[in-house]
Amino acid sequence: MKKLNTALASVVVAGAMTAVATPAAARDTISIVGSSTVYPFATVVAERFGRSSDFPTPKLESTGSGGGMKLFCQGVGTQNPDITNASRRMKPSEFKLCQNNGVEEITEFRIGSDGIVIASSQDAENLDISLEQLFLALAEKVPSDDGSELVMNPNQTWSDVDSSLPDAKIRVMGPPPTSGTRDAFVELAMQGGCEEMPIFANMEEEAMEEACHSIREDGAFVEAGENDNLIVQKLMGDTEAYGIFGYSFLEENRGKLQAAVINGKKPTVENIAKDDYPIARSLWFYVKQAHIGVVPGIQEYVAEFTSAGAMGPNGYLKDVGLIVPTRDQLMELAKKAEAMPSMTGNEL
Amino acid sequence: MTDQPSQAEQVRRSLKRRYRKERRFRSYGIAAIAVALLALAILFIDIIGKGYSGFLKSTVTLEVTLDSDVMMLEDPTDKTARRMADFVAPLQQALMAELPPEAQDQPRAVRGLINNYASDALKKAVAANPEWMGSTRTMTFLASTDVDVYMKHQSDDRYSIKLSEQQQGWVDELAERGVIDLSFNDVLFTNGDSRNPSQAGVLGAIMGSLFTMLVTLALSFPIGVAAAIYLEEFAPQNKVTDFIEVNINNLAAVPSIIFGLLGLAVFINLFGLPRSVPVVGGLVLTLMTLPTIIISSRAAIKSVPPSVREAAEGIGASKMQVVMHHVLPLALPGMMTGSIIGMAQALGETAPLLLIGMVAFIVDVPGGFLDSATVLPVQVYLWSGSPELAFIERASAAIMVLLTFLIGMNALAVWLRRRLERRW
Repeated sequence: MKKLNTALASVVVAGAMTAVATPAAARDTISIVGSSTVYPFATVVAERFGRSSDFPTPKLESTGSGGGMKLFCQGVGTQNPDITNASRRMKPSEFKLCQNNGVEEITEFRIGSDGIVIASSQDAENLDISLEQLFLALAEKVPSDDGSELVMNPNQTWSDVDSSLPDAKIRVMGPPPTSGTRDAFVELAMQGGCEEMPIFANMEEEAMEEACHSIREDGAFVEAGENDNLIVQKLMGDTEAYGIFGYSFLEENRGKLQAAVINGKKPTVENIAKDDYPIARSLWFYVKQAHIGVVPGIQEYVAEFTSAGAMGPNGYLKDVGLIVPTRDQLMELAKKAEAMPSMTGNEL
Repeated sequence: MTDQPSQAEQVRRSLKRRYRKERRFRSYGIAAIAVALLALAILFIDIIGKGYSGFLKSTVTLEVTLDSDVMMLEDPTDKTARRMADFVAPLQQALMAELPPEAQDQPRAVRGLINNYASDALKKAVAANPEWMGSTRTMTFLASTDVDVYMKHQSDDRYSIKLSEQQQGWVDELAERGVIDLSFNDVLFTNGDSRNPSQAGVLGAIMGSLFTMLVTLALSFPIGVAAAIYLEEFAPQNKVTDFIEVNINNLAAVPSIIFGLLGLAVFINLFGLPRSVPVVGGLVLTLMTLPTIIISSRAAIKSVPPSVREAAEGIGASKMQVVMHHVLPLALPGMMTGSIIGMAQALGETAPLLLIGMVAFIVDVPGGFLDSATVLPVQVYLWSGSPELAFIERASAAIMVLLTFLIGMNALAVWLRRRLERRW
């Protein structure tokens, strides 16, 4: 019994020692975190890269843009991720966090765009709407008739907002506040519509932001969960409802869904790429230079991502719904992938 | 006095009412079970209805001529030469030979029928058998996902068919001739995750679940049982043990995501263990299952009749001998049942794994406890959120695989109980 006890004790001690003594085992797989919007594109690149090169397939976590930045900026060392994806540009505060934690040399890549669409079943009446009208339909508080104060949104049907719109109850299904799509929708569509109204322009910045970013909670806007497939399914069964989701889901369900025209622009590949379509955002990824050479394959992965085979006019990322960059932008990206210039923080 | 019915009379009169009451009570019970069964039936019908097609794959069988001029491959044993060679051309040629002549002018439409990674499969085959160069071989490849969806769901409005009219005509004809065929989807069980639905499989997730569960079992069973024995048999009854007992019961009710946060803070940030690995997943799930195992083990120990203990003590056994020789063997079936149910619960858990990075896209099948891995329920979650509709049937198929494991584990628990349980 005594022997057994000693043996057990030494195993426990040895285990504890190895756990403490090897804080960060060397890693040979690239670790990527970040936006769930970039995730479907980055995973395709990662898989191709894994199959066509001798490097292992990178590991991708979908943590959201903000969560990805936080992990990415935690520090240098293989326990931290090498690359983070984002559906918005890095914020100056995040750049500062990175600098403070020793992540000094970062290279930024803009990899194309993604549009947010407002779609409905083919059988529904299609919307042709301006951002201002969209705001009046979905905001929690809207200007009163004389424009002097804010009142709770009285609009019940689309035609209450404007007589040119369909005479149907306002019912829009969209993502919950935790989603990046929701953030982008609020920032691009709601705020875009808000800024066109004089009452908001005269407000203090904070008050304006709050008024512009609040979506009504009286049932006209339905939070339908993070899963965009669910919204698509609900639209099939309900021809009076509209849904908000990413362009790739529209592309996948083409023939069953139609997308609203916003400010006179349809969400087509050309309109989104040229930033004509108002609810479009650009997608980014950020590379930690200190990890190049430590974790094998980072530079090769970046080269694969920025290659014409992936993002060119016939690239495989186009097939999965990415709005690819123009030829000039692509050339610039390829050069950037070679030179890996560091961010200075001034460009943000 | 004679007007008062006798006691027997009273009983007789109320008898009918009491019987009625009992019948009513029974029917409530039956109704409750019926509701539960109906819910279960709807769940199963929905999952099986959506998912059975996930167990089928579409394949294309072609006569591929491996010509070194067409493929621009002189030396098939040379790796660099293989990398620069064209493995798409022979596939395209073979496919065009099966199609009507107008296909010659539409190489893109022709290539759209065959899987993106078919050329990789051909490359691998040639690398393994360099002597095949120059010959014509009959080989089977995966069809493209669009063809797969068309073959399985052409009459289902939930799916949108992405093939052009012309391609649909080609596929119909090839399917009639048996060139394109549906067969059992072995890819689902031999591949890791992929963004190409036809190439995606659950093997990576199954291995990840296996490694994670092994860590959980190896830690939570001995720790849980030891804690239960100490608390039940040796611990003095005082404020401290009461406090511990209350806390164990509380821990069993803590939402699992809290354990994920704890795991992130302690195992990853403090101890510096890597993210996304089964070891950390197993540690976190150990924390989650421990209360369940401790509580069920204590119940099992309590149910050992005192007479067994007293008899052992009576013939002079020490406290430890009583526990080791008599109480533990008798309580073991109950402990194992509790542990298996705890493990089954851990197998279905995703929330705590989200925070420690096991919700991730991982293609390579994990080979050990320190390889990045994901688990079965996470795979279901990831697939159900993908834009590609073909992932919906794979997600349902993965749910069926997960349910099979869960039912298997629960059946094992029932069997163990039947087999080993002793009645007094």
